[in-house]
Amino acid sequence: MSASASSGTAGGSIVTRVVIYGLLGLFAVIYLAPLFVMLITSFKSLDEIYSGNMLALPRNPSLDAWGKAWGSACVGLTCEGIKGYFWNSIKMVVPAVAISTCLGALNGYVLTKWRFRGHKLVFALMLFSCFIPFQSVLLPMATVLGHFGEIGRQLQDSIGTSLGFGNPTVNLVFVHTIYGLGFTTLFFRNYYEAFPTELVKAAQVDGASFFQIFWRILIPNSTPIIVVTVIYQFTNIWNDFLFGASYASGESMPMTVALNNVVNTSTGVVEYNVNMAAAVIAALPTLLVYVLAGRYFVRGLMAGAVKG
Amino acid sequence: MAFLEMIGLKKRYGNVEILKGIDLTLDKGGFLVLVGPSGCGKSTLLNTIAGLETITDGEIRIDGERVNDLHPSKRDIAMVFQSYALYPNMTVAQNIAFGLEMRGVAKPERDKAVDGVAKMLQIGHLLDRKPSQLSGGQRQRVAMGRALTRNPRVFLFDEPLSNLDAKLRVDMRTEIKRLHQATGATIVYVTHDQIEAMTLATKIAVLKDGEVQQVGTPHEIYNRPANLFVADFMGSPAMNLLKAQVAADAGRTVLRLARGHGGADILLPVPPSVGAGSALSAGQDLILGIRPEAITDKDSADKHSTAIEFVDAYVEVVEPAGSDTFVVTQAGGKEVIARMRSDADVRAGQTIPFAFNLDKAVVFDPATGRRI
Repeated sequence: MSASASSGTAGGSIVTRVVIYGLLGLFAVIYLAPLFVMLITSFKSLDEIYSGNMLALPRNPSLDAWGKAWGSACVGLTCEGIKGYFWNSIKMVVPAVAISTCLGALNGYVLTKWRFRGHKLVFALMLFSCFIPFQSVLLPMATVLGHFGEIGRQLQDSIGTSLGFGNPTVNLVFVHTIYGLGFTTLFFRNYYEAFPTELVKAAQVDGASFFQIFWRILIPNSTPIIVVTVIYQFTNIWNDFLFGASYASGESMPMTVALNNVVNTSTGVVEYNVNMAAAVIAALPTLLVYVLAGRYFVRGLMAGAVKG
Repeated sequence: MAFLEMIGLKKRYGNVEILKGIDLTLDKGGFLVLVGPSGCGKSTLLNTIAGLETITDGEIRIDGERVNDLHPSKRDIAMVFQSYALYPNMTVAQNIAFGLEMRGVAKPERDKAVDGVAKMLQIGHLLDRKPSQLSGGQRQRVAMGRALTRNPRVFLFDEPLSNLDAKLRVDMRTEIKRLHQATGATIVYVTHDQIEAMTLATKIAVLKDGEVQQVGTPHEIYNRPANLFVADFMGSPAMNLLKAQVAADAGRTVLRLARGHGGADILLPVPPSVGAGSALSAGQDLILGIRPEAITDKDSADKHSTAIEFVDAYVEVVEPAGSDTFVVTQAGGKEVIARMRSDADVRAGQTIPFAFNLDKAVVFDPATGRRI
């Protein structure tokens, strides 16, 4: 009796497993199919794409499309590939991520360990900034950046250098840092909220200063949340289109905007293989960040949720 | 002049007064234990001495110097925290040397100081480990090492043993006492454990609701508690506090206690601790405080006592504890615990003579709670 009952549950669990893995496999295929098509298309020649099956493997895999996308595809009127815009994005993303992460960490540190009157209100306002839609800041920000350009021109006239004021890449770094600050502060504040205050007190008694405590005690124990913040900020800023399209144009536009211009070209045949290669190149850095730091991401998101 | 002085110390959070005017002093090389139930303000008091919390009113002096507004690092104090607060990213050696490093001491000197402390605490073999690789007792030692290495004017301990298991706690207690004797350090120690307070202190301050209830040597606190709270808080099992009434019997003043299981009231002479100056009037209600070890069986009554009274009473419960046997009876409307020899021949349901050592008894005024 008990034997048949137990074999019954075993049979049930096999069915459950088949259903679970079947569904998982199905969704994996659905999610991975576009990436697969992108990759194989980028290795095909144009003839093969127009004549053959979309899902068929390339007959003569070649990197021609990748080379063209990188070095000679037409973006707007210039035909020098996307490499310049790729570096534009890098030049924008690295400082923006670094600055917003550092400031977020500092904010979180002050909001949890150096509480002042009204710290809750300040945090609430910073939290609120996470919910401001991009669109609503577009015009005010354009005005501010316009003033920056004005300052830059005056500096250029008087001291011979604009100090970066009015430079489109600097502008984008500025915008992304401001916009990211709400999120990075939220991440770090919640992490440091669970960080033992006694450590800060002990360091104070030991004679460490405000910044010494920050660098020597908090930052070395913040790896998970730093990784989370960097991934989050990197992905968001790299993938941003709206700010890039609004505040940067021509030579200085970031990768995402350039990719759009490659794909949306209205002259000649549509070079799917080049478009696909360019798209994969554009997606590569975020993929890389996930692969390198992904396991910390889940761990970091869980941190603070459960103690110990 | 005392080495550490707190004068009229007050701490207020908004409208809540946590410390209501604390006056305490400690001599150099003394061991002051702040003891009290949770929420009595003892940890807050320690934090104000450390400078981790500001004070609302009053003054703190170390070695004659007013330190009210000095940063914690400038007060030349060291603190051992309840959670040990070891820096998880540093090795034991780095943890111990951190305070010196922050004060700009050169590396060779730091290493020498770390070695000295490690030898004293027997943690030499742990110096390269991270705190996460240490056991609770080892972490405790490292935390003390971190405090010792700087050789500060005052050591502050915030319930340092409360996270250890019972056996280790006793070992570390002895260790702390030995360290105090070896170094002659001035120590302020916070605990809610009255046994720790009794064993370690040269001076105990009992706190309740932000007020000092009594300050004194462990002996004074234990034998002459200033009020009912101190009497009840210090000692385990707690002091027996029995309702009594002043009465006249054959021309002398006596205390009358209701007997638990019927029969005539118990009449006891007034304990010698009641000063001659305090006049007791007949009919006055009192509370008689007598510790369990002052109520014994007939044979183990203190031979040196001047006032032993034998009272026959009914035994309700017998609790053998190995070293002693606790016997529960009734008197003065309450349970009375007596502490008898472990081999005393007592069984529940008997009526046996209890020896009350009134030399060790104290009397309180039930209205004010103060000792008379």
